[in-house]
Amino acid sequence: MKKVIMGNHALSYGAMLSRAQVIAAYPITPQTQVVELLSEMCADGTLDAKFVKVESEHSAMAASIGASAAGARAFTATSAQGLALMHEMLHWASGGRHPVVLGNINRALAPGWSIWTDQNDSLSQRDTGWMQYYCSSNQEVLDTVIQAFKVSEALMIPSMVVLDAFVLSHTYEVADIPSQEAVDAYLPPFKPEMRLTPSDPHAFGGLTSPEHYFEFRYKLQKDMEKAPDLIEKTGIEFEKAFGRKLGLVDEYLTDDAELILVTSGTVGLTARVAIDALRKEGIKAGNLRMRVFRPFPFKTVRNILKKAARVAVIDRNVSYGHHGIFYEEVKSALYGKGKGPVVHGFITGLGGRDVTVDFIKDIAAQALAKKKADAEIVWIGVKI
Amino acid sequence: MKLTTWLERKEEMKKKKAPKIVFTSVDEMPIMAMSTGSQSHNLTGAWRNIKPVINLEGCIRCGICWKFCPEPSIEIVDEYPVIDYDYCKGCGICAEECPTKCIVMVEEKK
Amino acid sequence: MKKPNKMTMTLPAEELMSSGHLACQGCGAALAMRYALKALGQKTVVCIPACCWSVIDGPYPYSSLDVPVYHCAFETAASTATGVKAGLEMMGDTETTVVAWAGDGGTFDIGIQALSGAAERNDDIIYVCYDNEAYMNTGIQRSSATPYGAWTTTTPVKHFKDRPKKDMVGIMAAHHIPYIATANIAYPEDMFRKMKKAKDIRGTRFFHVYSPCPVGWKSRPEDTIKLGRLAVQTTYFPLYEIEYGEKLTLNVKIKERKPIDEYMRLQGRFRHLQEDQIAAIQAEIDARWQKLLSRAG
Repeated sequence: MKKVIMGNHALSYGAMLSRAQVIAAYPITPQTQVVELLSEMCADGTLDAKFVKVESEHSAMAASIGASAAGARAFTATSAQGLALMHEMLHWASGGRHPVVLGNINRALAPGWSIWTDQNDSLSQRDTGWMQYYCSSNQEVLDTVIQAFKVSEALMIPSMVVLDAFVLSHTYEVADIPSQEAVDAYLPPFKPEMRLTPSDPHAFGGLTSPEHYFEFRYKLQKDMEKAPDLIEKTGIEFEKAFGRKLGLVDEYLTDDAELILVTSGTVGLTARVAIDALRKEGIKAGNLRMRVFRPFPFKTVRNILKKAARVAVIDRNVSYGHHGIFYEEVKSALYGKGKGPVVHGFITGLGGRDVTVDFIKDIAAQALAKKKADAEIVWIGVKI
Repeated sequence: MKLTTWLERKEEMKKKKAPKIVFTSVDEMPIMAMSTGSQSHNLTGAWRNIKPVINLEGCIRCGICWKFCPEPSIEIVDEYPVIDYDYCKGCGICAEECPTKCIVMVEEKK
Repeated sequence: MKKPNKMTMTLPAEELMSSGHLACQGCGAALAMRYALKALGQKTVVCIPACCWSVIDGPYPYSSLDVPVYHCAFETAASTATGVKAGLEMMGDTETTVVAWAGDGGTFDIGIQALSGAAERNDDIIYVCYDNEAYMNTGIQRSSATPYGAWTTTTPVKHFKDRPKKDMVGIMAAHHIPYIATANIAYPEDMFRKMKKAKDIRGTRFFHVYSPCPVGWKSRPEDTIKLGRLAVQTTYFPLYEIEYGEKLTLNVKIKERKPIDEYMRLQGRFRHLQEDQIAAIQAEIDARWQKLLSRAG
């Protein structure tokens, strides 16, 4: 059924269709509509779930973990400060192997207070052992929640579905809301082997000495390494069921490209508009929109980027004292893999500064003009 | 990897000599830290310097020593208290609380 | 005196806690758990944040409890328990009792937000705070449950704790939850009765359990029960219940109250106190007891 919905509500519909059973969430701009709609769905019986109005994001994740440990499917949503507050518990969810799905609205971290979009909040959590999906359309958000539960529960690793504040969260787009029956066929109920049940009592998360801790973390990494193939596989299954493929990346005109832009989030779709304009001007530009950032899709990224002589990575984030995060990870993925493209790094759009088609065309022009990528960061749009 | 059921552990606990668990390979371990054995493998009797000795002549079977043992390492056998020296840490609560003072703490012979 | 034919058992014989656990000699917290589980039974899940019980239970891959345990983050005893209860109910299990089992640090200090949140929502959990009056697991640092005058490693003798013990029960009463009780490991039958009563009540139930720590209090391990008794007999730690924040029932009425000095003398952590300081402490306990008597039904 097609409906005009906002990005936030796409998360709500995704969670509802995934039959989330426990939703523990705390309000934060610009996430509030996610949980408001879920609250309504629980109240009118559309969704059979417990909605816990926790008193902070830290408690939201703790309660989600508790629910997941008891065997229930848990969903929550937050943004920026809330995600940062959850940090300790994000580690707990992954280390405890709880397949919680979280919707994060990418919002710039304070101070000063900002409610507008950039990627530092979610990227700051890239080492926590969570899978991360970066979405560019409301349809993708809805679909990704469903796929995320399937992959998370198969691997027992939590995941976050990320979307830009306002640019996507509050933008209304047409989305096809699949039927509950179709989603049930794709996503079976959550049946964890190990859970809190008095009929088979175990102690979870006890004191773990150097004798054992290493093995648990080895297992988490090994299971995370299975994720790229599983995401591709479940993405193809999703296409069979719903007609939309959900892969690790979204390629656009990369085959004959002389320059490939690496983008994510809504910038990833603005890039297409810019590329169409560039192509009209005779510049063979292409776009690699990275949909999955964790696990990093090494094989896919290497295979695509080797098609071009130049790559321009557009980051809407910065790792202070280092460079743009996607830039650094792309570069390191290509290192030592034979002769590869020249990789340029661009940082733009922090704190919600609008990333326009002109910005992207400027980025392309600068990348094409330089033989070498001497500057590791080129700032686009800063009032220097 | 075999996950012990509660019933199996209950038997272990009754026997009290639960085995120590050693993993030789990562494949033997669960995906997260989840207990599969009983802490009763740990014979805390080794902690003691002094141990309680019950003089059953004086015992009025009030149940107080059994009640207040923190381990617990006092069992009731044939209506009388018996100290399980495998676990008794020698805290002295039983001796202190016994109303007839029929429990005395004696130095552990090494 | 005629000997009875059978051993007197004022509590059920079945143990849900096995020996071999890592509690110190004479640990009040071990006794508290032993009694609580006797009352609550095997259909219980215990959420244990960072506290002595994180260690007492036993390291991976062992546990000393016959019930499922979730070891959770320090400030999350109540929020984890809330989540577990919600999850179990969605799994169709409405019978299993979910318990948050935290120390005083994890309750009075770092865990107070999550606890207040759960209580305000009246989440269906039993929250048990076993109070040994400092951060004992990390080496005896003061908490807001540390009594006035006590030595701890962060309130050394020259700067002993000069703030009163936080009135946690008062704070919980202000949330108007269905049931609050104080309990004491020296009064196991009273604790057992209250836990059994709480098990059948729906909503947030809070227990404040007096739990001596010989190591942190510098007391003799064998004095643990004696200290518990004196705590009640001096009215330092009265035993009572509060229902819906209003109805207060005093469980043990003390006719002849013992002086607090008799209690403090058994603990090295009070050794440095001067007469005038002890008198001030006595005065505070006197006033508190009078207030309690006037509120009691």
